Amino acid sequence: MLISITADPLDPQPLIEHVRRDESGAVALFLGVVRNSNLGRRVLHLEYDAYPQMAEKKLRQVAEEITSRWPITDIAIAHRTGRLEIGETSLLVAVSSPHRHEAFEACEHAVNRIKEVAPIWKKEVWEGGETWLEGKGQTTLQPQ
Amino acid sequence: MKVRVKFFAALHDMTGRRELNLEVREGLTVSELYRDLCARFPRLANHSASLMYGVNAEYVSADHPLGDGDEVAFIPPVSGGAHAH
Repeated sequence: MLISITADPLDPQPLIEHVRRDESGAVALFLGVVRNSNLGRRVLHLEYDAYPQMAEKKLRQVAEEITSRWPITDIAIAHRTGRLEIGETSLLVAVSSPHRHEAFEACEHAVNRIKEVAPIWKKEVWEGGETWLEGKGQTTLQPQ
Repeated sequence: MKVRVKFFAALHDMTGRRELNLEVREGLTVSELYRDLCARFPRLANHSASLMYGVNAEYVSADHPLGDGDEVAFIPPVSGGAHAH
């Protein structure tokens, strides 16, 4: 199990190597990347803020929950903080298992849980303003 | 007793603070502390309905009583990804 929260750019390769095993025929890898629009606005960049100690603890709990629910061999999660440009990776989840079905399922569930419980917030900066995204699609508008 | 308060995301913008060390009365709950802080930072009142509370890096309920040396975090809703779009 590998958990990290970092302001540095994310590289999937170390996570893949961390979870890979000789007995595992599958590694599912998810990348959350910054897209160029949201709610019809052109997004310029994002800023992620986190409560690092708690976020790390919550990511670890998610990883433990996934490990107890699916017959996976290992899981690695990395979340980035700070300013991210369009196309950069904000979240990486790698899951290995003997067969692909469990790896896909566990990986998707891990991503959903991370977004529910990790104290990590996303500020969207667009032309003419910025807003912290709160809840599912809700926004608090703060024009500049 | 002393507590350390941490502000993140929108709450950081509203208070202009990352952290605050406070002397508070024994047995004060996390939501009472937030209400007290609204007097000092009025913009915080906009957020009170949707907040979660964290003490020593764990989620707690609004009526959780604080202890000496606790680290308190007021946690705005997390972004929840893009499920809604």
